[in-house]
Amino acid sequence: MSVRTKESKLLRKKIFSNSINIFLLLLPFVILIFSMFVGRYIISPIVVIKIFLSKIIYIEPTWHPTMESVIFDVRLPRALATMLVGAGLSVSGASFQGLFKNPLVSPQILGVSAGAGFGAAIALLLLNKLILVQICAFAGGIIAVAFTYKVSKIYKTTPLLMLVLSGMVTAALFSALTSLIKYVADPLNKLPAIVFWLMGSFNAVSKSDIIFLGPFIIIGLTILILIRWRINVLSLGEEEARSMGINTEQLKFIIISSATIITAACVCMSGIIGWVGLVIPHVGRILVGPDHKKLIPVSLILGASYLLIVDDIARSVISTEIPIGILTAILGAPFFAYLIRKSKSGWNY
Amino acid sequence: MKSILQMKKGGFSYIDGTYIFQDIDFSLKKGEVLCLLGPNGTGKSTLIKCITKILSLDEGTILFDGVDISELSTEEIARKVGYVPQSHSSAFPYSVKDLIVMGRAPHLSLFSIPSHKDYDLVYESMETVGISHLADRPCTELSGGEQRLVLIARVLTQQPDILLLDEPTSHLDIGNQVRLLRLINDLAKTGLSIIMSSHFPDHAFISSQKVALMKEGKLVGLGSPEDTINEENLKKVYGIDVKIKAIEEGINRKICIPLI
Repeated sequence: MSVRTKESKLLRKKIFSNSINIFLLLLPFVILIFSMFVGRYIISPIVVIKIFLSKIIYIEPTWHPTMESVIFDVRLPRALATMLVGAGLSVSGASFQGLFKNPLVSPQILGVSAGAGFGAAIALLLLNKLILVQICAFAGGIIAVAFTYKVSKIYKTTPLLMLVLSGMVTAALFSALTSLIKYVADPLNKLPAIVFWLMGSFNAVSKSDIIFLGPFIIIGLTILILIRWRINVLSLGEEEARSMGINTEQLKFIIISSATIITAACVCMSGIIGWVGLVIPHVGRILVGPDHKKLIPVSLILGASYLLIVDDIARSVISTEIPIGILTAILGAPFFAYLIRKSKSGWNY
Repeated sequence: MKSILQMKKGGFSYIDGTYIFQDIDFSLKKGEVLCLLGPNGTGKSTLIKCITKILSLDEGTILFDGVDISELSTEEIARKVGYVPQSHSSAFPYSVKDLIVMGRAPHLSLFSIPSHKDYDLVYESMETVGISHLADRPCTELSGGEQRLVLIARVLTQQPDILLLDEPTSHLDIGNQVRLLRLINDLAKTGLSIIMSSHFPDHAFISSQKVALMKEGKLVGLGSPEDTINEENLKKVYGIDVKIKAIEEGINRKICIPLI
């Protein structure tokens, strides 16, 4: 190859990666604005922008006060919650895929969702108060992963294979317990409440959810972003990572606890939403490659944007709301099949 | 000269009591190459892993510049000792330079990511090893020889005083084997101390100043290649008859010829 074509190839590559960066930076904001006028109460895009601007500079209000309330009390909190959950699940998924050296791992692998689901189900059956349901779900998720961690601990180490297997055991156990609760629940009131809660929806999200659960997600995300480069080293396997000075047990514990807190908080906010944490990191790898230094922030942006779009679809396509957990699977599964057939980029067997 | 690494009465055993090696004593000086020889399964790899603290000794101790290994953290050890595993596989196709920069891990704090300075060291060690052209290639698409060189570049980026190479020449063709042994000689000349395991006594004659012969987890011989690698010792260790011949005619080296 001549020097010139090589140079122009490099230049093209640079332009390509720069345009991806700009695209990624703008994406969540564009979708956020878009989400403000999607819905049954139609607000025109110009009014949406005016309403937002009126919070910063003075604009003569030409819109109905209801519109402002729809945006600030309903749509914006819901959109923010959706973005937090999308970002949280995707970053947890990407971190776990690096930790377990396996691109087919999802944030649920250690049983956090099964545990949280059980916690929620038992609270819905016995307590039936939303705040208690959320507390029980959060606790259930943490307890399930703590159980997995404990079971897989051999002497002072927690081998990855043991973690995965104990995770399966834990998930199976808690799912069975959830089924048991569904079985004994009153089929007219309690059962539908449990089933709908587990399906996942942002329908009931409120500002206080964001205030109480948001910090957990944001702290977890911050930690995972800060240690993201070390996930690269850990993904080479524990022996190699240790020979490069990584305290693998400590790093594993940091990743597992951050991802677990994030995922448990996500389940509390929206119920169990699958596929996001599995699929989004793959899309990220296709865009920016496998380096977690880039992959983790990109997963965050893509996850937030993707889930927001799916939620817009969930609440606007038909007159009643479609549970988002169902939609992410319906959209995610075929897309994932397409991805694994189309491109092996970003991972390897 | 003072030794920078010393193993005293080193022993390692699994939980059920079966020992892998026992009573191993040796020391290593700056710039010295020690070749570990011995049959398959005699504990060479385990011994090497104990020196990097991937595994911990059950008996005896290891001293780095007189400091006991148990007083050093994983990170501190990684700044002194670099390890090149026998085989390497990555689940993710990191580019070669991103793989090599991981050698900087023991020099970076928990929350930091490698800087331009770290990448400068990466390019430097790629230059030393002669793989600068591979910088942007995915590490999963390398040949066996290239992969070995990439791992050596990574370990150089780690800037240790001691290199541990677990069978650095295994699965390599004869050309790559020789290039690797040359590289080992060059690195030793820059002052690095090297421990390598091998299945070829010839490699000890080519690259090492010291040989440790192991059999069933015990040290059978330790010393210079000329003194240690003899027909009697090789018979004892490998159970085959070997003829050792000194070749002159401008080569000036001993070689081993197995008798069939």
